[in-house]
Amino acid sequence: MACRSHVLVCAGTGCVSCGSFELGTAIEAEIARRDLAGEVQVVRTGCQGFCAEGPVLIVQPDEVFYCGMKASDVPTLVEEHLLKGRPVRKLMYTPPAAPAPVPTLSQIPFFAKQKLVVLRNRGLIDPERIEDYIARDGYAALAKALGEMTPEQILTEIKLSGLRGRGGGGFPAGIKWATCRQAAIHRGVEPIVVCNADEGDPGAFMDRSIIESDPHAVIEGMVIGARAIGAKQGFVYIRHEYPIARERLTKALEQAREYGLLGRGILGTRFDFDISVVQGAGAFVCGESTALMASLEGKVGEPRAKYIHTVEYGYKNLPTNLNNVETWANVPLIIHRGAAWFTSMGTGDVSENPWNGSSGTKVFSLVGKVNNTGLIEVPMGITLREIIFDIGGGIPRGRAFKAVQTGGPSGGCLPASHLDMPVDFDSLTAAGSMMGSGGMIVMDDQTCMVDVARYFIAFLTEESCGKCIPCREGLRCSLDVLTRISEGKGEAGDIELLEEMGGVMQDACLCALGSSAPNPVISTLRYFREEYDAHVRDHRCPAGVCKALIHYEIDQAKCDGCHACVTACSTGAITGQVKYPHLLNQDLCIKCGACIDACKREAVLRA
Amino acid sequence: MPRLTIDDLKKLRDQRAGAIALRAGSARARVTIHMGTCGIAAGAREVMAALLKAIEDQGVTDVVVTTSGCAGLCSREPMATVEVRAQAPVKYVNLTPERIVQVFQRHVLGGEVVTDAALAAGCETTG
Repeated sequence: MACRSHVLVCAGTGCVSCGSFELGTAIEAEIARRDLAGEVQVVRTGCQGFCAEGPVLIVQPDEVFYCGMKASDVPTLVEEHLLKGRPVRKLMYTPPAAPAPVPTLSQIPFFAKQKLVVLRNRGLIDPERIEDYIARDGYAALAKALGEMTPEQILTEIKLSGLRGRGGGGFPAGIKWATCRQAAIHRGVEPIVVCNADEGDPGAFMDRSIIESDPHAVIEGMVIGARAIGAKQGFVYIRHEYPIARERLTKALEQAREYGLLGRGILGTRFDFDISVVQGAGAFVCGESTALMASLEGKVGEPRAKYIHTVEYGYKNLPTNLNNVETWANVPLIIHRGAAWFTSMGTGDVSENPWNGSSGTKVFSLVGKVNNTGLIEVPMGITLREIIFDIGGGIPRGRAFKAVQTGGPSGGCLPASHLDMPVDFDSLTAAGSMMGSGGMIVMDDQTCMVDVARYFIAFLTEESCGKCIPCREGLRCSLDVLTRISEGKGEAGDIELLEEMGGVMQDACLCALGSSAPNPVISTLRYFREEYDAHVRDHRCPAGVCKALIHYEIDQAKCDGCHACVTACSTGAITGQVKYPHLLNQDLCIKCGACIDACKREAVLRA
Repeated sequence: MPRLTIDDLKKLRDQRAGAIALRAGSARARVTIHMGTCGIAAGAREVMAALLKAIEDQGVTDVVVTTSGCAGLCSREPMATVEVRAQAPVKYVNLTPERIVQVFQRHVLGGEVVTDAALAAGCETTG
């Protein structure tokens, strides 16, 4: 019997870590106990995006969204909603500052402002069932590409769509594909296609979520690309820290092979193509194209100079076309619905030249000091303000917005004056940041920009492969200077030294990891120079973050001796009798800030 | 599963599209079975099972069946509300498995209200 209702339980990594697998099993058991098994189906979907409120689920066709679900809520949910049809208000989502819970997806601003293209199937299909993908027009684009289009027509469609690489560079995919095809024909060799799933930016998880929620979209995109370029062999290079994504991708590849969508004679035509999955060991630099290809070949993951492009000499010196997960996932829709549909979203006019604008949508992982952390997809050209305040629900605890970091470690920090800037490839670059792969980290007024720059430079120092000197030594030297500044030991000339070193790295590094590495420093210097000055000149950290420059005190007049801070302090630095003002011993204090969070009377001061 | 051709792929898509359409919320009509304690005691579950079977037997993919609480008229349960897109909802009373199938045939598919089983058109005012 067809089911009348589907319970779509999020099984993305975020919700899984909050117990969504157990939740799904508990719902299934309760459904069976209530004898509803033939009527209601539980579906485990990919990430539904609202990771801040996990585990989340949606009951369809009622479109009711539930969040923060616990196993103890299951009997109520099943009896009230699934059996008796009364949605359970207390389990619904209440937006920040809203008086009452809102029941349906379309009423929640987090969902209402998004435009799902790449993530169209998220939360809707079971990523482990190829039939679900096919039911949503999956592989229809491949059928069209193989049955009705020549490789040249596919290339033209991709070129006209203006699709630019979603992995960071924003290079037009149509131009890349055509160059690779030409190189292969010219040399009389078989080209290779590669999917870069080595997502390594701190705070970024777009590609992981795309593979987790819709692995077949990536596979279909690659097969279409292979057809256009003329490749017979493809690779997905995925980092080993993504076990669920890898498992679902491997399963999807098996299903596609069984159905004749991969392998010899795809869809009954004479086109052959297959994909292997290769696991990366988690080196950040292997997200760089030449390092990735070296790693694919089993060599040390180090980049090389790119005066010869990988589309001509890449993997094993064959012409190699590398695109990132999100780029590939865009391809089936462009072929299925046409370039004109794709260019109806986004900014600029890409009809003549894909460099003239940014078409389509972009997936971002929205994290940091923002109420609704999660995974979002928005049309290109939306403003930062709409993303952070409408979709993201603003800054927690009513604090002030200070900056947003886009583009990962190679990106930059943009201040409040840029909130109304459109988000697209060229605007972000012009502002001194970049699109990157789509990490977006929101910062509030308690974030120190020197500390942020130091954090990213420390990350890159760890991840630099060490092959070229400007990157290896430039990063180490920058980190030393930044550490000194944050310890209050900054000297006159330090800031100028950072700027000079940044310039050298931009000019002289071998790969994009190094040449973009100074961006966090340069962009924070550009917009928050006074904060650097305060550290160097006044030995003061205005945001109260750099430990060497702050200390804690207890205001004797405000302290009522409640003892909460004494309990919170892990080093025994606070002493005092109950109901009498307490004292803080500076020698024992490690400046963790636990006492500030514990105090209800604002008697702990940070200076 | 044998390897697909382009035609097989289209057939498979059409076969499977119904179940997914339900999740995506695109339907021509919605039938709400009132499942209060009174409704269940009067046989609402059997009524719903018969309806679901009729939908499946006829291969209809764009009709949503959902449940709701007691409609307040416990003496006339089992009850159902039929909402055809862009038309006023109609409440049916004293349903049996046979009658709900009739309602499905004539009203949901045929567009004609089954007057002898209907209570009234419209919904109660809320708010």
